Amino acid sequence: MKEVDIVVIGGGPAGLSAAVHAAKMGAGVLLLERSQALGGQLVKQTHKFFGSRQEFAGERGFDIAHTLMEQIAQQEKIEVWTNATALGYYPDGVLTVKRNENFRTFRPRKLIVATGASEKALAFPNNDLPGIYGAGAVQTLMNLYGVMPAKRVLMVGAGNIGVIVAYQLLQAGVEVAAVIEAAPRIGGYWVHASKIRRCGVPILTGHTIRQAHGTTQLTGVTVCRLDEKWTMIPGTDTLFEVDGLCLAVGLSPLTELLWQAGCKMNFVPELGGYVPWRNEYLQTTHKNVYVAGDVAGVEEASAAMVEGKLAGLAAAFALNHQTADFAADYRAAKQQLNALRSGPLSAKVCHGLCKVMLEEAM
Amino acid sequence: MRIENHPILAFADAATVEFTFNGQALSGREGEPIAAALHDAGVRVLRHSPRYHRPRGLFCAIGNCSSCLMTVNGVPNIRVCVEPLRAGMTVETQDGKGRLA
Ligand SMILES: Cc1cc2nc3c(=O)[nH]c(=O)nc-3n(C[C@H](O)[C@H](O)[C@H](O)COP(=O)(O)OP(=O)(O)OC[C@H]3O[C@@H](n4cnc5c(N)ncnc54)[C@H](O)[C@@H]3O)c2cc1C
Ligand code: FES
Repeated sequence: MKEVDIVVIGGGPAGLSAAVHAAKMGAGVLLLERSQALGGQLVKQTHKFFGSRQEFAGERGFDIAHTLMEQIAQQEKIEVWTNATALGYYPDGVLTVKRNENFRTFRPRKLIVATGASEKALAFPNNDLPGIYGAGAVQTLMNLYGVMPAKRVLMVGAGNIGVIVAYQLLQAGVEVAAVIEAAPRIGGYWVHASKIRRCGVPILTGHTIRQAHGTTQLTGVTVCRLDEKWTMIPGTDTLFEVDGLCLAVGLSPLTELLWQAGCKMNFVPELGGYVPWRNEYLQTTHKNVYVAGDVAGVEEASAAMVEGKLAGLAAAFALNHQTADFAADYRAAKQQLNALRSGPLSAKVCHGLCKVMLEEAM
Repeated sequence: MRIENHPILAFADAATVEFTFNGQALSGREGEPIAAALHDAGVRVLRHSPRYHRPRGLFCAIGNCSSCLMTVNGVPNIRVCVEPLRAGMTVETQDGKGRLA
């Protein structure tokens, strides 16, 4: 069994940034990513990001991912394993990994879990028909592989992901019948929402799916209006003839490994579901397990990168790795995270974080 | 269908390879997920569920949900959303839990 300083699980923005900063402190890092390539959700994002210069605002998601990957490549202290899935983490501190078809075990001194999140589904009749996709799947097909998911799509959810992916569908040459949203107002950034409105795509707030139609594949979707108590209003049905339905109804953290590690968890709807308790160093109630990014609470790539940095620095510091700039670096990252979370759209996240923040360092 | 003109993205050209889907000859780009090649060919029904035999297709495209299990080269339960396409593969829709040959 191989001993390593730090194993980082997940090669998205959180994990990449955690690996870079832990290695800069002098820690040896093994970075595990279950897919063929690094980058996580970022590699399929073709739009320009918001935020400040430090978090790469104005750059497109896939360019940010490449910048991070270059930083990883420059670090001798980081070993990268792709096609490597972390399977389990056991009470004796053993981490099991499947890489290609081989099974391996490690005993990391610290573990940083940055597994991201998975898409939520929605309950309605026939929700399993081929042609009904999560928004991430649509992005993956179009933006990574250049294949259209359908000819005409109905988008569910007018949060950021819904409006952004609706625009990406238009860019790919797919017709978007409408965007529907159960809430009374659009949740996504208005810049993105305005872009699809200018292209003539209606955004129907206060609407939900009654049912999907089709025998072997999706052929249509019946949509109806909701009253202020979110119950369906009879007689308001509209049929959309579409061969694609895209669900952008939120993400839930991929926390299996944290449950298995015995980390204390809490259900926090503002953060997407069950998330781990953590202190300001992003250390969970298991002293060797740190978290960063969407797995710690669904947020944004910019926050994921800063959390990754904090977790990477803190885990390396806990192993007695030191640099002269550590304290200043750490403080700056902390301020950066607070600044990111100061906007009105972050109020929900901040409210959620209060429910899982441990006062004391473990 | 492939995206022809994209305002932002350019898709790298990979070699075209042949494979079969339920015996039918199809082609795709080497190394792309099998599901991408099938979608390009208009194939979206990938398996039938074990109990009610309902058709299932792609849902997450990142190997999370197991909606896309197919039999590839005789091996059942392959997640075709993450399995790279190689020349000469035999890809078959899977009924139920699949059977080891
Ligand atoms: C359509 C869309 C638009 C967005 N727009 C913006 C935006 O404008 N600005 C912004 O800041 N953010 C945006 N985001 C959000 C941002 O992409 C995510 O918050 C961010 O990617 C989260 O980073 P992460 O590293 O936590 O997770 P991810 O990027 O999901 O990465 C997690 C990685 O872990 C890997 N993994 C999971 N489990 C295992 C395992 N057991 N073993 C090994 N590897 C594993 C996964 O394969 C994945 O690569 C957007 C997201 C979407 C979907
Ligand atoms: S589509 Fe979800 S695992 Fe393949």
